[in-house]
Amino acid sequence: MIRNIYHILGVVFFFSLFLFQPNNIQAQTDQAQRISEYAEDNQLCFSCHGQANYYYQNDWIEKKVKERMNPYFIVDSVEYYESNHWNFSCRDCHSADYGEFPHSGQLRMEPKFTCLDCHAGDEQFAKYNFEQIDEDFHKSVHSSKHSEDFTCWMCHNPHSYKINARTNENMADFIQYDNEICLTCHADISKYQLLTTMENPNVLVTHNWLPNQVLHFKKVRCIECHTQINDNILVAHNVRPKEEAIKLCVECHSKDSRLLASLYKYQFTNERSITGFSNEAMLEESYVIGANRNYYLNVISIGLFILVFLGLCVHAFLRIIIKH
Amino acid sequence: MSEKIYLYPVWIRLWHWFNAILCLLLIITGISMQYSDPAYPMIRFDWSVSIHNIAGIILALSYICFFLGNILTPNGRQYFFRKGIVKNLISQARYYAFGIFKGENPPFPITKEHKFNPLQKFSYIFVMYVTIPLVILTGIMLLYPDFLVIDFFGNKALHITDILHVMMGFIVSLFLIVHIYFCTIGHTPLSNFKGMINGYHETH
Repeated sequence: MIRNIYHILGVVFFFSLFLFQPNNIQAQTDQAQRISEYAEDNQLCFSCHGQANYYYQNDWIEKKVKERMNPYFIVDSVEYYESNHWNFSCRDCHSADYGEFPHSGQLRMEPKFTCLDCHAGDEQFAKYNFEQIDEDFHKSVHSSKHSEDFTCWMCHNPHSYKINARTNENMADFIQYDNEICLTCHADISKYQLLTTMENPNVLVTHNWLPNQVLHFKKVRCIECHTQINDNILVAHNVRPKEEAIKLCVECHSKDSRLLASLYKYQFTNERSITGFSNEAMLEESYVIGANRNYYLNVISIGLFILVFLGLCVHAFLRIIIKH
Repeated sequence: MSEKIYLYPVWIRLWHWFNAILCLLLIITGISMQYSDPAYPMIRFDWSVSIHNIAGIILALSYICFFLGNILTPNGRQYFFRKGIVKNLISQARYYAFGIFKGENPPFPITKEHKFNPLQKFSYIFVMYVTIPLVILTGIMLLYPDFLVIDFFGNKALHITDILHVMMGFIVSLFLIVHIYFCTIGHTPLSNFKGMINGYHETH
């Protein structure tokens, strides 16, 4: 009998492993299964640019030579085929002349595309509102302090970037991915000083004032406090100077939480749920004190307080009256 | 002429007032956080968080003192029920609801051996041995949510923990109001408060 129970439990456990696979594992499998129609063409580029070292036959010295690839020109092929641009040929964006090796020196002058070159004015991308993103980005401290040096590519590597806010169902992954974009420079002095001679402040020290710092870093993105929200775009791009960063806790920890217009904008519904929680969109991933309140509990607690208070007042009144 | 009985030793009085201050701080900062609103700020949110966290940790330590004190001293016996709990509770409730207005004598007069009447005993046991431990436990879980709640029970456990914490806090607040009111039922309205300062209870 006991053996049978163990067998049943074993079977249930085995099937539960398949039933309760997280969504992102399914997504990863989908990504792994897709094969770019340009994979074969691109392989020619990846044979050098996909690795730290590349080899070529030097006809002058009649020898096969091993060279180190410039780290800024290395593209991770796995990341590339997982990215949004996975089904592009390298030559869609780069000159076809790159097919020849050694590459012509003239190719260094090749202008680089910007996001808007492809994404502006295209109905397919209208929901992303790239024009507004571009406008906000140009108002941001990134653009205004660094002028032309700071382009979209600084944060959104075209060879690896994948959209998250609309597609990633795993909020923790989505937040980590977005924060890593900021930390790529703000936690790495060598990258930070590509654009400035300023000393890179230690993010942990500058955020020392934040209660439960680790939890905040895991549960919200940097841009929640460091950008100006724009209702027309999903992800705010107007990064403000540090002096303008949100430091008032109640901006998020209140019923009209700022998070609903930023982090939870995609999931936000204004209606109170059947369970009575305000801002229920947040509850799947976290519990934000002050922002998540339960309507029914509030009503019951206020009602009980009033009843008890009135009861005590009546009791006290009767005691005074009868004494006199 | 009233009679005075020495009921409250120094350690109980010190613990009581210390506990009262901590509870008040926790209730005020707790309400301020739970109902935070940029338009009507009570206490700055980050101050509330810090005060609430510090007071909560001290309350947990103070509770350990209370618990040990009741194990190591005869005071713990005050929390044992006498036979006929339900009957005694009804009798005490009837006194508060009717008898007190008719000038009846209390059914369970205060003595050195029985300093709490059945209703007091019931509410103190409920608050000190159920509510406060739960509020401390859920408070510690909320203080280390990543480690104690999310890792073991997932994200949804966080709001269940918080609701439980808020509910227990609400019960403590309600208890505090009722407790303060019932303390006015003494030889004089202030005699019970004085008793918790000098240690002597004045009988009717």
